[in-house]
Amino acid sequence: MLRARRRGATTTTTATATATATATNDLRVRIRRGDQSGGEMVCYRAPRRAHQTVLDVVTWIQRNVEPGLSYRFSCRVGMCGSCAMMVNGMPRWTCRTHVKDVLRGARAELELAPLRNLPVIKDLVCDMSDFFGKWQRAEGRFHGAAGRHDPVARIAPHDPRRAAADAGIECINCAVCHAACDVVASHPGYLGPAALNRAWTLMNDARDTAQPQRLRAVSADGGCQNCHSQQGCARYCPLQLAPARSIAGIKKTVARAVLAGRL
Amino acid sequence: MLSPRLFVAQRLTAALMAPLVAGHLSGIIYAIQGGLDAAEILSRTQGSVAFALFYQAFVVAVSLHAAIGIRVICFEWGKLSGRLLDLATWATGLTLFATGSFAVATLALG
Repeated sequence: MLRARRRGATTTTTATATATATATNDLRVRIRRGDQSGGEMVCYRAPRRAHQTVLDVVTWIQRNVEPGLSYRFSCRVGMCGSCAMMVNGMPRWTCRTHVKDVLRGARAELELAPLRNLPVIKDLVCDMSDFFGKWQRAEGRFHGAAGRHDPVARIAPHDPRRAAADAGIECINCAVCHAACDVVASHPGYLGPAALNRAWTLMNDARDTAQPQRLRAVSADGGCQNCHSQQGCARYCPLQLAPARSIAGIKKTVARAVLAGRL
Repeated sequence: MLSPRLFVAQRLTAALMAPLVAGHLSGIIYAIQGGLDAAEILSRTQGSVAFALFYQAFVVAVSLHAAIGIRVICFEWGKLSGRLLDLATWATGLTLFATGSFAVATLALG
């Protein structure tokens, strides 16, 4: 949900935004304001509370200080992934990040920015078009042949391919791994960990009928071979998935295909 | 930028270099045990077909492996692309191959 209410929002960058915070134990928050043409960090103060999440802080500022602040959220319980932002330089779900867990040192402050490696629309809102476009480029769609009158495919839960698919199937497309990936940062055409992880789950789906074109898609320019196995995706995934492991699986499959003359 | 074939070529040359590096290090350690000097080493390498084949394989593997690696670095960090990127790749590979082959020829043929 894109929150962009405008009720006489100020565009000044300093203490005008701090006036309404009255709690003695204030939290200093720096938020990146601006759009695709540029932006700057703006300081706010918000009351510090027990068990407070970063999303609570952003919502408090938007409702009490800066109505023009734009950010996304929906479920608030770690189900949808839409509230992901850079929190003190690290990509996180803000709804599942407690303020006390990210404040470090004497100069305790929050620094919030839109997700890395994605174009900014406004303030903390990113344009996800390219991210989901990469899913399409990686053939991240299921291609089946069975109709509604065909019997249901019987796949054993302990089948190795099913287990490989299960390991990555819980991804909810929050783009945290995409923001954490240094290869995406230096090579914007790279498909990225989320799209490749999705492709790997489908490459292990025995019902899927588009394996040859998916193999070409994940090994085309910007494909799996660009991954440096830095593990940033696995380190920051809020669901503890390991996209790098999925990409390693794709690399092996691609290498075998090259050696067999199929690519 | 990095085709699947280049990717596999880099992996295969890495696999080839692993035993070659082990052999190279073993050779160095063995050679210095008896206190060999440069002249004694050269007397053993000159005319040795096994030495020439071993190190020429090393040169080929390094030339391919490093050229592909430099290609990736030039693309990601140097922002090179197109013909300039190809030029950097070939220049790296050919330079390593030429200098490496010259060194092997010097040691093996005298």
